[in-house]
Amino acid sequence: MGYKDTDVVTMAHGSGGESMQRLIGEMYANAFPKLQKDTDAACLPNIGEMAFTTDSFVVDPIFFPGGDIGSLAVHGTVNDIAMMGARPKFMSVAFIIEEGFPLKDLNTIVHSMADAAKKSNIQIVTGDTKVVGRGQGNGIYINTSAVGNLMIHDCNQPQYVDVGDKIIVSGDIGRHGMAIMSVRNGLELDPPILSDSAPLNAMVLSILNDDVYPSCMRDATRGGVAAVLNEIARTAQVHIRIEEEKVPVDENVRGLAEILGLDPLHIANEGRFVLFVKAEDALRTVKILQTFEGGEKAAIIGEVAGKNKNGLVTAKTLLGSEKPIHMPAGEILPRIC
Amino acid sequence: MKYVTEFRDKEVAEGVILEINKVVAEIKKNPRIKLPIRLMEICGGQTHSILQYGIHSALPKEVEFVHGPGCPVCVTPIETINLALELAKQPNVIFTSFGDMLRVPGSDENMFEAKAKGADIRWVYAPSEAVEIAKQNPDKEVVFFAIGFETTTWPITEALCIAERDSVKNFSILPTMVRVPPALEVILSDPECIIDGILAAGHVCTIMGTEEYEPLVEKYNVPIVVTGFQPIDILTGVLLALLQIEEGRSDVENAYGWVANSAGSTVAKSLINKFFKIVDRKWRGIGLIPNSGFGLRDEYLKYDAEIKWKNIHARKEPEPNKYCGLVLTGKIKPTECPFYKKECSQEHPIGALMVSSEGACAAYFLYNKDTGESK
Repeated sequence: MGYKDTDVVTMAHGSGGESMQRLIGEMYANAFPKLQKDTDAACLPNIGEMAFTTDSFVVDPIFFPGGDIGSLAVHGTVNDIAMMGARPKFMSVAFIIEEGFPLKDLNTIVHSMADAAKKSNIQIVTGDTKVVGRGQGNGIYINTSAVGNLMIHDCNQPQYVDVGDKIIVSGDIGRHGMAIMSVRNGLELDPPILSDSAPLNAMVLSILNDDVYPSCMRDATRGGVAAVLNEIARTAQVHIRIEEEKVPVDENVRGLAEILGLDPLHIANEGRFVLFVKAEDALRTVKILQTFEGGEKAAIIGEVAGKNKNGLVTAKTLLGSEKPIHMPAGEILPRIC
Repeated sequence: MKYVTEFRDKEVAEGVILEINKVVAEIKKNPRIKLPIRLMEICGGQTHSILQYGIHSALPKEVEFVHGPGCPVCVTPIETINLALELAKQPNVIFTSFGDMLRVPGSDENMFEAKAKGADIRWVYAPSEAVEIAKQNPDKEVVFFAIGFETTTWPITEALCIAERDSVKNFSILPTMVRVPPALEVILSDPECIIDGILAAGHVCTIMGTEEYEPLVEKYNVPIVVTGFQPIDILTGVLLALLQIEEGRSDVENAYGWVANSAGSTVAKSLINKFFKIVDRKWRGIGLIPNSGFGLRDEYLKYDAEIKWKNIHARKEPEPNKYCGLVLTGKIKPTECPFYKKECSQEHPIGALMVSSEGACAAYFLYNKDTGESK
């Protein structure tokens, strides 16, 4: 496409005139082949019972090791659909771009979205672009919404979690949060920690095809695995017990978390999910997950140990005692010394 | 992970616990020694390890931990936080701080709230980052909230070195750094002191050396064992302290020899000495402690934010409650504070001890299961 470094987004790109038409006609239509660019809305075929979700992405930095705001915006929404036990089908994309944002970067982001959509087997069918004045945004924000057709029911609701269920994480945890934090704070690592940002729908499809029906599954985004476990424990009124040494964490992620005084269980992921499955399905599920890229380290990390009125999550410590695993409180702050 | 995994090895830990049990069995035979044995771990990082790894519940019931004042966020008094907030709200100021400090409540608000209302407050990992921000923003005044013990004081000197070398004139610090030995003396000289042994903070000794503690041992006749932060470091510190108690000795011993030594870091100490002099400092919950802080030397007062903004004064208010101080000096456990887990939680902290990742209350909140009780 050959955007020059000096080319930037101007207010005209969001004004509905010629510049915007060119942006849509050249950049977007080229990247998103199923875009219904000539109509005010996309027409969709009847796909049966649907899941519908929306999410906004404001990540800073926009480009990070292992992804960018574009791929993240596709994966994040695809994963919310996948966690419902649905097959992602159609997606909308809305950009809010700050005046002066390099067109070259926009082009990179748009093509990164196209690649992510292709990998996720979802079609981007409609979209919108708004431009805000310089200083009124942080480069670019993206909203994506999506629909998918439901393959099963009730696999995202904690109330079906039961005593004896095994808890599985779909891969090693903490990569996305650490990738972002290392860039944001200039902690250059060699090799860098890559974000785990990835679509999860193929994994979900694969376990459903093998007749594993999770009691509950959730992607472990903000707040990390600890937040997911606490949400589920509270709603399902159960005691979840995990074994910390079984939680898969990459050595580099563990090292950086150690330096910053953070618990990998609290760190965000963008391509990992937590599943509660019946004990007899647990090993089979792990084996299926391990065949996928990103799922190599999938593991059983604990189980639902019993009923608990207030909901409780605990981990066995080194010396055999038990400590609670809390919902992260507020912004995750690095320690001083 | 090198330097971490081996200090969390379960079998080694169990071996040290076995030795501790043997020593305690001997101590119990000695009517001269009063039970329980109370050991104060100085540093909040140690408190967190103790609770996180369940070390307190793995020890015989005759050994108790008393949590010390070694949390710089916790001991910074509310009026200093108010002053920091006032500075942060000045037009043209970029206020920088370690992240922990941002959630500590001042009289009216914390730094996150001030930031949301428009103050330019940024968190940094190293003080030198604040100097970089100053270089990138020559039209602004950049202030760094210089809190910390001796361990953190020397990275602050690094920032000052850079500012001096590069003639950065728009950089200053709000100096609130504190020293461990004078605070320890306050605790040990208290007639109601119930502490039988001290686990001194290994990181502080890495900078200052272990020799700073010799006079305290002689004066107060209490064993001081320099101790690290991993489970096996702490268990080793406990074992050495108990052996001294059993043998009726009071020495400075080093259970953190793989990092700290008797002289400390001569480079770090000389840098601290170059920029700072020893001053009196007010501590939350304790009050003014003579010689307990570091302040800028006269020739470096140009880097002192309090001098740069000498017309700005903090609201002097009494501490919001007395319990933070009682916990800081080991007189009560966090669970004995009436606000603990009620009005004061991680989500809505009243006291700094609930905020900091080194605060004793935060350690109890995070790691104590069910009853919230620690021995």
